[in-house]
Amino acid sequence: MRRSRAAAVGAVTLSLVLTAAACGGGSSGSEGSNEQPGTLTYWATNQGASLEVDKKVLRPELDKFEKETGIEVKLEVVPWSDLLNRILTATTSGQGPDVLNIGNTWSASLQSSGALLPWDAENFEAIGGKDRFVDSALGSTGVQGRDPAAVPLYSMAYALYYNKKMFADAGIRKPPATWAELVETGKRLSGNGGWGLGAEGSNLSNNIHQVFVLGKQHGADFFTSDGKADFTSDGAVAAVKQYVDLMAKDKIIAPGNAEYAQNQSLSDFAKDRTAMVLWQTASATFAAQGMDEDEWGVAPAPVRSGRPGPGTATNSMVAGINMAVFKNTRNIDGAKKFVKFMTSDEEQVILNRAYGSIPPVRTAQRDPAFATPALAVLRETLATSAAALPQVPEESQFETVVGTAVKELFADAAAGRPVTTASVRAKLEKAQQQMPKK
Amino acid sequence: MTLTAAPGAGERTTRKDSPGAAPRTRRSGRLRRIGLPYLLLLPALILELLVHLVPMVIGIVVSFKELTQFHIRAWDAAPWAGLDNYALAVDFHAPVGEALLNSFLTTCLFTLLSVGSCWLLGVAAAVFLQEDFRGRGFLRTVFLVPYALPVYAAVITWAFMFQRDNGLINHVLHDRLGLTDSPPFWLIGDNSFVTLLVVSVWKGWPFAFLIIMAGLQNIPREIYEAAALDGAGTWQQIRRITLPSLRPVNQVLVLVLFLWTFNDFNTPFVLFGRAAPEAADLISLHIHQSSFQTWNFGAGSAMSVLLLLFLLVVTGGYLWLTSRGRQATDA
Repeated sequence: MRRSRAAAVGAVTLSLVLTAAACGGGSSGSEGSNEQPGTLTYWATNQGASLEVDKKVLRPELDKFEKETGIEVKLEVVPWSDLLNRILTATTSGQGPDVLNIGNTWSASLQSSGALLPWDAENFEAIGGKDRFVDSALGSTGVQGRDPAAVPLYSMAYALYYNKKMFADAGIRKPPATWAELVETGKRLSGNGGWGLGAEGSNLSNNIHQVFVLGKQHGADFFTSDGKADFTSDGAVAAVKQYVDLMAKDKIIAPGNAEYAQNQSLSDFAKDRTAMVLWQTASATFAAQGMDEDEWGVAPAPVRSGRPGPGTATNSMVAGINMAVFKNTRNIDGAKKFVKFMTSDEEQVILNRAYGSIPPVRTAQRDPAFATPALAVLRETLATSAAALPQVPEESQFETVVGTAVKELFADAAAGRPVTTASVRAKLEKAQQQMPKK
Repeated sequence: MTLTAAPGAGERTTRKDSPGAAPRTRRSGRLRRIGLPYLLLLPALILELLVHLVPMVIGIVVSFKELTQFHIRAWDAAPWAGLDNYALAVDFHAPVGEALLNSFLTTCLFTLLSVGSCWLLGVAAAVFLQEDFRGRGFLRTVFLVPYALPVYAAVITWAFMFQRDNGLINHVLHDRLGLTDSPPFWLIGDNSFVTLLVVSVWKGWPFAFLIIMAGLQNIPREIYEAAALDGAGTWQQIRRITLPSLRPVNQVLVLVLFLWTFNDFNTPFVLFGRAAPEAADLISLHIHQSSFQTWNFGAGSAMSVLLLLFLLVVTGGYLWLTSRGRQATDA
């Protein structure tokens, strides 16, 4: 009797372990199949003011796709806070969507997991060819020299947004073009409850975007050419210090911004408390905050020379959203058709207009909808003076550890503790040592 | 060795049994006696295996693997790392180990202060509400509100209140009462530890209150009456009757509070986001960051296993000590 009981328990245990092992599978190197040609599951990122707004923007387009192809698209808009973990879970279990949006800075990290369909020449041909896309956007689709892991969908760039009323009240006529001008302008605008510049000191990704661009301006890249972390170079230290000094030394950023992480700086801007923000495609948020388009202006983000361009005159990272296909999709042909549809000229104009972003597709970019002064600045920035974040598999870790270091330095600045070259270097040193060894 | 019937057979036998039914055979009697408890336990056993044991075993296996983004898709085939992940976690002279140690010590201090405060507040409120007076029912209900609220919603409300420039806390402390020279930060820097403690105690003490209140109901009133006749004052009654009688309740309460507080993830995550300030870097959030933000799942699992071992040792030691003390008292 004891034996049969043991056997029963053993069988249950074994079946559970096997189930768990099967759940953790997904290790096959398959390139997708066409077992389910009638449906697609699509995870979209949150681009609009809310998840509901996204559904309203996307649903009519997805219905259009269904009418054209007969393929039903099941849409799920995933909030940013959940997206990376959801993708990791889907990667581990093999139970993911067929098509998904990813933040373009994650491309190389996700590419290294091997879960995404590589966009080789043949796959690109299926969606109209690689040449249709702007080079800067293609630069954020994976490690250089490898087939891209994703296709650009929406492009964005950083610019300097300024509050026209606060500028007029202070008698300032034009936005600053250099950092020296920005500090000087900021000082004139700071005081009596107002502040020159806004920042999101506790937002790790935003911190990274800002110090990466400043790093470029100081000739630093945060990674060596062979992909090793290089956070403590003189240029990287100078870049981080320059950014935090806007609060610590120049005192044009309100100390309270050190704890901002939920776009509160944009809210301050809309309430005439902050005169300038360095932001990517902020127009939709300003509208949501009740600002009219003529209440704010937009100019290229500052560079030392005052004239943005490549190299040390870089003034933005290439921001944006890419579209990827899960390698183990059961509707590979449908997935490619869907990517082709979403990157078609017509859809690119509709979607990027709705989200206030720039189409990464050359022909769509020429549409008059993207010729407004604000979008022209972003388009010009993307074309001439934006650089892709390091396309290395460790990009995600870089965002976490260096973003946290900048957050801690902002906390020091806000508390009145000194921020010195040595203290910046020490934080970056610590961040570098937290990176996985290669 | 005659028991070969499938569990379903035992179930049928059981169903047939009813008062006044024919006398049961020896076989079905044994089936019922031996098989039924196991049958009833089976769903719990399956769930326990699925929810706890299998993930735990997988976690232990992963802690010996080099599991980063390069192997996440086929995690079972990730290369073995031996003890490398553990070496990384306990190398207290390197940043990863140093940060883990800092987080561990912070968590120990936080747990001690939080559990102690929750217990004290719980006892005080429960003893206070023992006496019958007007409004007692209302107070009992109000005291349980934090326990009844969804954690996420409650903690995010605290996060709003602790904001430096727009939060209610600074509005009261600085703007209204003028207690500070400048509005302090609560969500970054050193004060974040205080913030965490306040929210944790607010969230945890109603549970202590509830359990102690239930424990107090079991102490016969006659003992107090007898003690009062013998001239014992309120404080003496609390010290000599209430606290010793609550001992078994406290034993479980403190253990549960300790485990919940030590492993608390929701509170720091909702208050501080992905990266907690150093002063409030609780170990569960720290391990989450090591695993999910820096994609080093092997190292994160090793840290989790170390945490599990620590909690097992502390819990085991605590139970051994308290049961010994109790036996001595009982004897």
